[in-house]
Amino acid sequence: MTTAAFLCLFVLAVAGYVWNRQAASAIRADGTRLHSLEGFHGFYSLLTVLVPVIVLILLWLVFQGPAVDSILKAGLADRLAGLGTGEVQLILAEIKSISRGAVFGTPEQWKFDAAERYLALNARADQLLLVLVLALSLTLVVLSRRKVAAEFRARHGVERIISGLMIFCSVVAIFVTVGIIASLLFETARFFAKVPVTEFLFGTNWEPQIPLREDQVAAAGAFGWLPVMLGTLVITVIALFVAVPVGLMSAIYLNEFAPKRLRAVAKPFLEILAGVPTVVYGFFAILVVAPAMRSFFAAIGVDVSPNIALAAGSVMGIMLIPFISSFADDALSAVPQSLRDGALGLGATRAEMMTTVLFPAAIPGIVGGILLAVSRAIGETMIVVMAAGLIAKMTINPLDSVTTVTVQIVTLLIGDTSFDNPKTLAAFALGMMLFIVTLVINIFALRIVRKYREAYD
Amino acid sequence: MTDLSTQDAPFAGSGSSLMRRRNRRQVMLQGLGLAAISFAALMLFVLIASLVSTGYKAFIQTHITVEVFVDPEEISVEKLPRGGFRDVLLASLQKEFPDVEGRAELRSLQNIFSNGAQFQLRDMVSADQSLIGQTVTLRAPVSDPFDQLAKGLVKRETPEQLRRVSDREIDWFDTLDAAGKISQPVNWGLITNADSRFPELAGLKGALVGSFWALLVCFLISFPLGIGAAIYLEEFAPKNRWSDLIEVNINNLAAVPSVVFGLLALAVFIGWFGMPRSAPIVGGMTLALMTMPTIIIATRAALKAVPPSIREAALGVGASRHQVVFGHVLPLAMPGILTGTIIGLAQALGETAPLLLIGMNAFITSAPTSPFDSATALPTQIFIWADSPERGFVSRTSAAILVLLTFLITMNAVAIYLRSKFERKW
Repeated sequence: MTTAAFLCLFVLAVAGYVWNRQAASAIRADGTRLHSLEGFHGFYSLLTVLVPVIVLILLWLVFQGPAVDSILKAGLADRLAGLGTGEVQLILAEIKSISRGAVFGTPEQWKFDAAERYLALNARADQLLLVLVLALSLTLVVLSRRKVAAEFRARHGVERIISGLMIFCSVVAIFVTVGIIASLLFETARFFAKVPVTEFLFGTNWEPQIPLREDQVAAAGAFGWLPVMLGTLVITVIALFVAVPVGLMSAIYLNEFAPKRLRAVAKPFLEILAGVPTVVYGFFAILVVAPAMRSFFAAIGVDVSPNIALAAGSVMGIMLIPFISSFADDALSAVPQSLRDGALGLGATRAEMMTTVLFPAAIPGIVGGILLAVSRAIGETMIVVMAAGLIAKMTINPLDSVTTVTVQIVTLLIGDTSFDNPKTLAAFALGMMLFIVTLVINIFALRIVRKYREAYD
Repeated sequence: MTDLSTQDAPFAGSGSSLMRRRNRRQVMLQGLGLAAISFAALMLFVLIASLVSTGYKAFIQTHITVEVFVDPEEISVEKLPRGGFRDVLLASLQKEFPDVEGRAELRSLQNIFSNGAQFQLRDMVSADQSLIGQTVTLRAPVSDPFDQLAKGLVKRETPEQLRRVSDREIDWFDTLDAAGKISQPVNWGLITNADSRFPELAGLKGALVGSFWALLVCFLISFPLGIGAAIYLEEFAPKNRWSDLIEVNINNLAAVPSVVFGLLALAVFIGWFGMPRSAPIVGGMTLALMTMPTIIIATRAALKAVPPSIREAALGVGASRHQVVFGHVLPLAMPGILTGTIIGLAQALGETAPLLLIGMNAFITSAPTSPFDSATALPTQIFIWADSPERGFVSRTSAAILVLLTFLITMNAVAIYLRSKFERKW
């Protein structure tokens, strides 16, 4: 039905375009000078029809479902009286599945009636939409046709509309940020209504088990995020231990010492490493790295946990190598040639020039890159979901199993989730913390990188 | 390493011990650098090698060919699509092994067939009812343990109680093999089947179609939005606090962890707007939000690269600013924009975490027919299979990863080709 609405709209819009264009051509054929080219008159009609009507259709699509639901619920008010939200949702879902023809068991007759009513409401909404779209587009086509005249500034109109659209596009980025913050804040606030803020921020116990029944034993669940954050830090530090030396050394080598041919091969190599999806790294960790580490530690007689943090951390380190290497390479390349020439001219070897002049001069850019890598490591999800543990412990032992913020978010939200238990909401609280931590690091890092670039430009 | 030291050391040949020490330090630094690069290359090699060595086996599938007598007593036209297809299949094997008796024995004999064999036979008979009462040749996948046996992943030397196939089952299998009834054709099922609990039947069709829909939605949303925003910011926006804010915002958005976008999608698209779970349209919208910053940044770079002389010439002959941008600058910047878009889409194709949060990791045995149906995507399918306990899924996971990497490499190659073919140096 929406397809029909869109089809009507496009046909009318194109018709409007042709109509306006022909009208403008006719004026021109009479010998009058037009302010705008005929095409602009056509586009003016096209855009004045398309933009408002598409907005109408999209809004309609968003609100049709909830509106139909609430009318349906109002119709069943006496049946649904006294039921909880969950039960009402269940009944609505059952009615909808009946309306699709999927009947399970033997529902009561009133549910069949409601399903029929549901179908009728939706059909009526679809018809209404079609009528509205037709009416509105026709009105707009006629209105814009009436504007066609020799002195009508159609080009200005078109450009204004396009500028408006472009401004809308760039504001979407702000909407997204606002959306992230609003959704996280909203759900986090609901979480803190159930679990005190202090327990979350300072608690050292993370056991998000929620009772299925009211009277279950060991039911409370604990929501202290410290062990989760500690685990995240452990994995991040391991990753940096792998990524920073390897990334920096390879950047130094590629930037200063590598023969041209090696550089031409090594750069795409690193780019491939950077383009590998993280789920692949995660599988690599459980397929190769973790078993290798377990057998290594078994061979030297050290007892390690099966989800050893070292495995997840070092694979994450491998993922970060190209990231750090390319940032360091950029930073080294940005150091002016005069500094290199000066150092070499004073008799420094190339290694001394690198370690005493180039590298210190590039430090701010490199630090910015490493900070961005830290924020990536903290926010990285798939490697740790697949290779790290689930149980939060207050430990910094890299041979133990630790869990991370992202692992907890994913495990708490996988499967069917409802938005009214603390377990689900805890994931949003963790997401909020994750967002804040990475945002602070990112802003800081981007500022360093940018400032440093300006210093040498 | 030795030739490096003689070539690159600045004062080779000078004899003082200080000089030698300084040269040695340079060699050491170079050695470390080379070691670092080699380490990265080695890791990439191990990664690819381990995937290929476990994954190539999933591109072939062990099949069994049997002559099946479609017994009219078990299968009749009236009852189709129901019928005793299992029993008919078993009867065909019993002909080969007349000495097998007893329920348990027969059941394990039956287990040579994949669970899908009976449905394959059913579909054959349903399509052509004249087959009833005749003998047909059926080539069906064998079940996972026998597939593993044929591929050498189940070792015959392993003690019987630790093996998933008994000695007796191995005997059966070898007899069939000797009779030429076992074959290992290319496993097209990997691409043409949807997901399944049985490794030998599981395929990527649902994931491929799901990823296609999600990427299509992602492209349709992020491409126009990204280009519009980039053109405005680069060509029209006044330099003020407002446009600065937008710019900082876009840079930060590009660095927000992907799982946070998943939380946004879960709370807003599914929680507030009530959109369907596990649907590629929601996945595509989420990926679009993540891809948009990439496209904006690439588009701005491409627009910046168009020299001002083009704009000035167009303005000089009387074009309006919009005409300059849309008639001259944008077409010239298009190759760069497309390159950036393809790279952004390749990233989106490999993105997993946000799709997990919106439920695109569901177990779905049919390919979606529209972006509103429940589906998985390639990376989430990899995640599901990596989590599955059956041994057969290990090689399937690697194979799925190889398929995903093939797509990514193709997309990147197209991007590089576009860049080298159409990019102009001014």
